[in-house]
Amino acid sequence: MNKFTALSSRIVPLAAENVDTDQIIPARFLKVTDKAGLGDNLFADWRYNADGSPRADFILNQTPMKGRQVLLAGDNFGCGSSREHAPWALTGYGFRAVISTSFADIFRNNALKNGLLPIVVDRDTHQQLFSLVAEDPETSVSVDLATQTLRLPDGRAVNFPLDNFSKSCLLNGVDEIGYVLAMQDRIVAYEARAGA
Amino acid sequence: MAKTLFQKIWDAHVVAQEPDSPAVLYIDLHLVHEVTSPQAFAGLRRRGIKARRPDRTFATMDHGIPTSSRDLPIVDELVIKQIAQLEQNCLDNDIRLYGIRQNAEKQGIVHIIGPELGLTQPGMTIVCGDSHTATHGAFGALGFGIGTSEVEMVLSTQCLLQRKPRTMEVKITGALRKGVTAKDIILGIIAKYGVGAGTGYVFEYTGAAIKALTMEERMTICNMSIEGGSRAGMIAPDDTTFQYVAGREYAPKGADWEKALANWRTLPTDEGAGYDATLTLDADALEPMITYGTNPGMGVGINAPVPDPAGLADPSQRAALQKALSYMALEPGRPLLGHPVDVVFIGSCTNGRLSDLREAASLLKGRRVNEAVRVMVVPGSASVKRQAEREGLDKVFLAAGAEWREPGCSMCIAMNGDELRPGQYAVSTSNRNFEGRQGKGGRTFLASPLTAAATAIAGVVADARSLL
Repeated sequence: MNKFTALSSRIVPLAAENVDTDQIIPARFLKVTDKAGLGDNLFADWRYNADGSPRADFILNQTPMKGRQVLLAGDNFGCGSSREHAPWALTGYGFRAVISTSFADIFRNNALKNGLLPIVVDRDTHQQLFSLVAEDPETSVSVDLATQTLRLPDGRAVNFPLDNFSKSCLLNGVDEIGYVLAMQDRIVAYEARAGA
Repeated sequence: MAKTLFQKIWDAHVVAQEPDSPAVLYIDLHLVHEVTSPQAFAGLRRRGIKARRPDRTFATMDHGIPTSSRDLPIVDELVIKQIAQLEQNCLDNDIRLYGIRQNAEKQGIVHIIGPELGLTQPGMTIVCGDSHTATHGAFGALGFGIGTSEVEMVLSTQCLLQRKPRTMEVKITGALRKGVTAKDIILGIIAKYGVGAGTGYVFEYTGAAIKALTMEERMTICNMSIEGGSRAGMIAPDDTTFQYVAGREYAPKGADWEKALANWRTLPTDEGAGYDATLTLDADALEPMITYGTNPGMGVGINAPVPDPAGLADPSQRAALQKALSYMALEPGRPLLGHPVDVVFIGSCTNGRLSDLREAASLLKGRRVNEAVRVMVVPGSASVKRQAEREGLDKVFLAAGAEWREPGCSMCIAMNGDELRPGQYAVSTSNRNFEGRQGKGGRTFLASPLTAAATAIAGVVADARSLL
């Protein structure tokens, strides 16, 4: 999988709660057999007019937002369907981390498997980040996975939770399937024991 | 030690548990469909391996396939490619496929055919690259949706790395009144507690109102657990469950059945076992529910007014409601009753089973759908379609002016050309009312098959109880 160690980037603020995976990548774009190119249709229905032209009022279409790698979004990000096309679209576009107060379970799992870091912060920090970006759109944050810290422009370091296994997989680019494939003996033993 | 249903199934499936790591959980049944599997099979090819347990893996095609006559050619090149890839992947990996060219008599929406074929059984771990895999929890199984990387892991190893979720009891007390259905229970729970309430938890639905439900009704409820934030929703297996499973194609037979039954009877949550949290809903007080907004938690009783953003203290909630009502082009303060609709969709893994079609047909029999409304009835599987036709339900729908279509996910996910046009309103028996879910710019009111049928007749959102 894709490694993640550290990152420093300005922020794309998306002040919407319960952003569902149908918004991240609408279902009509799921008719693919590979992962490439989904970034072009990230947030397609919010991002483009019916004729395919960019909607000026959508955050991703505002010129200074280009190339930013951190998305700041509202509560329960990634709810809805299990489509891994959602993190594929986000990473395909260029995002490497999403900051929110919470993430839907399936999206969170899918993100971690694609080197996209879901960063959970408390409500105060979340609010403060939105305020900072509103005051200065050039606000930048640094993320250090090894120490699980998010550093704000005022120097404050906020810790974010992540289980050690996911962290280790991200830091080292571990192939999780390879890890379980290596447990062949134990899987065989389980199958014998359970009559499976 | 007293254990919950969830805990018993979890404990029985742990292959390995390394310290400070997720459990390696064995998967009894893996269901596969055409949209979330191609990249997983490609991963197997890169590794030079094949599916480890094709006997525990079953495939169908449902998301992208047309629901027009199967005799018509498919025109969408991308759908043709996904279908061809699934066919080839199943062939290469010896996986049984219920497709549109192979075993087509058993094709259908993945969460409808699993139970129908007896593949879904109590005590199992069941996964699929689809979030409505929660449906299978109705049998006292642990079923949950997974991403494509996880599909690849299960194909490769028959296992998944899983962190153990917490448990949440969802207790439904009392009894449903006439005209109030299982769909209203789950919409009621989600409206009351919100779309994120179950994040990190597995639901177990309990209480008198749940015990009284048929298997098909229980599936409707478990199906939408994900809409409450929970990856899985379970119901303790009982005689209703066992009677449903008995005799189905893949159900255990003879001595194996007796053995399985003895095991299944030990699954229900023990007296004294605790849950990490509890939600409650009183079925006695429940009204038919309908959603007005752009997530399944934005729902009200059918006679209740659409809430006013001005009444919400929390600024982000107020903004979310304003945004939703703007997308839906709705005025707050008035009920949806009487609101015109363009389309009525009856189908999906939530409400595309025989009992759902019977309910809708019971209202449509001898009546006509409103001329301004397109009414699509899409059976959940080829088997549901056959049984419905045996009972003459197809004739009821056609005589009423509704469309009777081939099985598939259809307008629930709108990948196959069955879709709303921008600005259109639908009453839909499906599970998601997200912006654009049923077609770009389309507006969805989620409701029960009874409400859908009553609305089809009236041409405006209607309360079915006046017709019962």
